[in-house]
Amino acid sequence: MTKNRKMQNSHHGRRRSWTLIAVPYLWLSIFFLLPFLIVLKISFSEQVLSIPPYAPQMDWSAGWDGFKAMVSHWSLDNYLWLTEDELYLSAYLSSLKIAAIATILTLLIGYPMAYSMAKAPKGLQPLLLVMVILPFWTSFLIRVYAWIGILKNEGLLNQFLQMLGVIDEPLIILNTNIAVYIGIVYSYLPFMVLPLYATLEKLDNTLIEASQDLGCPPSKTFWRVTFPLSKPGIIAGCFLVFIPAVGEFVIPDILGGSETLMIGKTLWVEFFSNRDWPLASAVAVVLLVILIIPILLFQRHQRKSGEVLT
Amino acid sequence: MKALKKDWFSITSLVLGFSFLYLPIVILVVFSFNSSKLVTVWGGFSTKWYSALLHNEQLLSAVYITLRIGLVSASIATVLGTMAALVLAGRGRFMGRTLFSGMIYAPLVMPEIILGLSMLLLFVAVDQARGFWTITIAHTSFTMCYVAVVVQSRLAMFDQSLEEAARDLGCPPLKAFFVITLPQILPGVLAGWMLAFTLSLDDLVIASFTSGPGATTLPMAIYSQVRRGVTPEINAICTIMITAVTLGVITISLLNKQAHTKKQSSATIRAGS
Amino acid sequence: MAKKPLGPVRRAFAPWENPEQQPFIEFRNVTKRFGSFVAVDQLSLKIYQREFHALLGGSGCGKTTLMRMLAGFETPTEGQIFLDGQEITRIPPHRRPVNMMFQSYALFPHLNVEKNIAFGLKQDNLPRSDIKRRVDEMLALVKLEAFAKRKPHQLSGGQRQRVALARSLAKRPKVLLLDEPLAALDKKLREETQIELMNLQEELRMTFLIVTHDQEEAMNLADRISVMNSGHILQVATPGEIYEQPVSRYVADFIGDINFFECKVTGCRPQNGGASITLHSEELGNEIKVKAGHPRMIGDAVTFAIRPEKMRISFEKPLDPSLNTIKGEVWDIAYLGDVSIYHIKVSQGHIVRTIVANTTRLVERPISWEDKVWLSFDAEAGVILSQ
Repeated sequence: MTKNRKMQNSHHGRRRSWTLIAVPYLWLSIFFLLPFLIVLKISFSEQVLSIPPYAPQMDWSAGWDGFKAMVSHWSLDNYLWLTEDELYLSAYLSSLKIAAIATILTLLIGYPMAYSMAKAPKGLQPLLLVMVILPFWTSFLIRVYAWIGILKNEGLLNQFLQMLGVIDEPLIILNTNIAVYIGIVYSYLPFMVLPLYATLEKLDNTLIEASQDLGCPPSKTFWRVTFPLSKPGIIAGCFLVFIPAVGEFVIPDILGGSETLMIGKTLWVEFFSNRDWPLASAVAVVLLVILIIPILLFQRHQRKSGEVLT
Repeated sequence: MKALKKDWFSITSLVLGFSFLYLPIVILVVFSFNSSKLVTVWGGFSTKWYSALLHNEQLLSAVYITLRIGLVSASIATVLGTMAALVLAGRGRFMGRTLFSGMIYAPLVMPEIILGLSMLLLFVAVDQARGFWTITIAHTSFTMCYVAVVVQSRLAMFDQSLEEAARDLGCPPLKAFFVITLPQILPGVLAGWMLAFTLSLDDLVIASFTSGPGATTLPMAIYSQVRRGVTPEINAICTIMITAVTLGVITISLLNKQAHTKKQSSATIRAGS
Repeated sequence: MAKKPLGPVRRAFAPWENPEQQPFIEFRNVTKRFGSFVAVDQLSLKIYQREFHALLGGSGCGKTTLMRMLAGFETPTEGQIFLDGQEITRIPPHRRPVNMMFQSYALFPHLNVEKNIAFGLKQDNLPRSDIKRRVDEMLALVKLEAFAKRKPHQLSGGQRQRVALARSLAKRPKVLLLDEPLAALDKKLREETQIELMNLQEELRMTFLIVTHDQEEAMNLADRISVMNSGHILQVATPGEIYEQPVSRYVADFIGDINFFECKVTGCRPQNGGASITLHSEELGNEIKVKAGHPRMIGDAVTFAIRPEKMRISFEKPLDPSLNTIKGEVWDIAYLGDVSIYHIKVSQGHIVRTIVANTTRLVERPISWEDKVWLSFDAEAGVILSQ
C-alpha cells in the first residue's frame, strides 16, 4: 500500500508522512522521553536546601566542561540508600505482592463476568459493554472515595452486617490492606473484563460445538477449549491490572492504613513531605526498572496476539 | 435444562459483578441528597449540599480551571493523538518506529506517579513557572496516547483502499485525508477527545506534581477535602461529575453505534454482492 | 488408499428399494422453528446404513438445520429422530455416536494436528497407547504423518480439511456428518478430495451424510440425494433419477441446465406400461411426442422439460419420423472449450439452449450465427412435469 502511494506521488506523499511522523514524535520525545532522562540524571544528584532542591546543577554557560563537571559530581548514594534502608525494599516487595494478589482477585471476579457477557444475547452485549466501561470514565478518585463511607467502622457495610446479626463488633476494614485490595479490584475491574470479553466474544462458537461433538460435556469443554483459547485475554487483563497497580498511589493513600506499604505512597512522601527530589527520582527509576520487564512482555504479547488475529 | 443452568450462572455473575461496580457509586449519589451531615446515616432528603456548592468559591474556581485544562489539553491531544494513530496504522517504516510505538503504549500502563514526577522535573529543569500551562502540557502528553490507541482501533476498521481510490482519482493527500479518512474515523476521534477530556478532569497525581500556586484542579481540591473526611458536599460534586460523564459516554456510544451499524450494513452489502 | 473400481459395489447398493430394510437414520415428522421462521417443516427422511447421502439445496433451505439436529446442536420443535434403532431426539451432542466435519473445519487453534485428532479419543478415557495408535492410523489415512506436530495455522487449506476429516473419523462414529466440507477448497483440489471421500467411505463402511449447495458435488459423491427447499424435501433419489426424472420444475431447474416449455396435452394413448403423449406448445409452435411413465388427461396444462444435451442441431431436417423436430435460427454461441452452448431462436422468439460437444478442433464452425437450423430429439429425451 505504502509502496503504491509512493510510486504514484512520491514527492507529495513523503513530505506528508514526514510532518505526520515528526510532530507527535517530537512532542513525545520532549514531554515523555526527555523527562525520564532528567529523572535519571537527578537520581544521581544529592538533596540540597535550595531551589531546585538538588545539586549539582548543569552549568550551561560552561558547555561541555559544565556537563563533565556535573557528571563528575554524580553519585550512586541514593541507590545505595535504597538498598540500605529496609523500608524501600519492603515497600517494593509489598507493592508487588499487593498488586499480584489484587490481580488474581480481579481475574477471579472478572472472568465469570466477561464469560457471561460473551454468552449474553447479542442484542444485550453492547449495553453490558457500556456498563463495564462507564465506571472507568467516572473519576478514579471518586470511585475510591466512595468506598470510605462503605468500609469505615460505622460505615454502611458494618451497619448492614450488624443489622443482619452476622457480627456484633464492627469489622475493621478501612485503613487496612483488605481495603486496598477492594479498592484495586474495584478500580481495575474494567481493565480485566474488557480484554477478556474481547477474546471470549471472538471465540468461534463452532469450536465449542466441535468439542461437544467429539464427546466433551460442557464443563470439560470449558477447560479444554474455552479457557486455553482465552489465554491472550487473561494475560492482557492481568498485565493491565498488575502494572499500574504496582505504582498505585491514590488507593493505598485513601483506603490503606499505616501498615500498607506501597512504593507509590513512599515516593509521594519522599517528594512532597521530605522534599528529597533525588531520592524520589531514584525510587522512580528503580520502580521503572522493575516495571519495564512486565511492560515489555506485555507489548510483545500484544504484538504477537495481534499477529495471530490478523 | 442445560441452557437454563448456564443462564443462572451467567445471570448471577453479571448481577453480582455489576452490583459490585455500581453499588458504591449509587450509594454515593444517594447520600449526596442526605440532609444529615453524617454521610452514612440517612437524615432525610435535601439538596442543600448542592446549593452549598454554589457558594464554595474555592471549589468553583477549581471547577473552572479543571474544565479549561480539560478542554485545551483534550483538543491538542486529539490532534496529536490522531496524527500518531495515522503513523501507527501506516505500514511505512522509519527510524525509531519501535521507540515511537513504545512511547505511545508505555504511558497507558506507566504509574501516574512516575509520569507526574518526570514531567515536573522537566519543567523545573527548564525553569518553567508551574500553573495552568504546565498541567495542560502534562495532560496533553499522556492523554494523546489514549487518543492514539482509540483512533488507531478505528483506523483498523477503515477500508484503506477508499483513501487510495481518492488519491487515484487525483485528490491530493491532505485533502484525501480530510474528505475521506477523517469522516470515516470521526467517531473514533470524538471518542478519543472525550476520553482525553475525562482523563484530564479525573487526574489527581499528575496535576499535583505539575501544578503551581493558584492552579488547584478539582481532583486536587477533592483530595485535600477527602483527607479531612467524608462530607456530603463532596458527594454532591461527585454526583454532578458522574452525571456529566454518564451523559457524555451515552452520547459517544450512540455515535459509535451509529457508525457501527453503518459499517455493518455496508459490509453486508459487500458480502451479498 | 487402494484404487479399486467402485462400480460393481455401487450398482448393487440400493437398500432403499427393499421395503423390509430398517433405516439407520430416521427423521420422523421433524419440524424446527426459530421464532416465527420455520427452518424444517414436517420432514421425514430415511437413510440407510453405509449410504452416502447428500442434502442439497440453496442457502436457507433447511439442510444445515437438519444436519445440526442430527448432531444434537439443535433440538427439533416437533418430531423424532432415530439412529440405529434408538431415539436420539433430545440427547446432547456429546453423548451421540455421530461426528461432524465442520464447514470452517473448527480445528482447535491451540492444539497441534496430533492433539486435535486425539481430542475426542481422550474423552473416552482410552489407554494412552490406544490413543496413540489410533491417531497414527488416522494420520496415515489422510497422509499427514509428517505434519503431526504442526499447529492448524501452519497448514494449507487442503491439509486443514484433512485434519478435520481425520479428527471426525477418529472416534469411528456411526455416522459422519459433512457440512459443506469442500467449500473452501479450489476446484481441482475439490475434485481430488471428492474421490478420496468416496474411497474412504467405501473403505470404512460408514454412513456419511453431506450437506452441500453444490449439485455437482452431490451428484458425484452421493448414493442418494435429498433436494430441499424452504424446509421440505422435494425429491429423494439417486443422482441419475434426479437428473433424468425430476419430479418438479424446482428440482429440474436446480440441478443442471434445462429448457422448459409450457404445453397442453393434446393426445394420450397407453403404450407398453407407460403412455405415448402428444403435447402442443404455443411457444414452439410445435407438436411434441413424449414417451412418459404414466398417462395424462387431454387438455391438461403441463410443463415439458428437456436438457440441452438431449437435443441435436442440423442444417437438414432429420428424416426419422419418430423424432421431434423444431425449426430455428442460431441466435448466440458460447464456446466453453469442451462444449459449445447454442442459443436457438425458435418461431415465437423463444430461446432454446442446446449443447454441442466439440469433438473436433474447430477452425471453422460448421454451424454459425444466424444459420437456419433444425433442433431434434426423440420421444424419451424429455419429461413432463405437472404445473
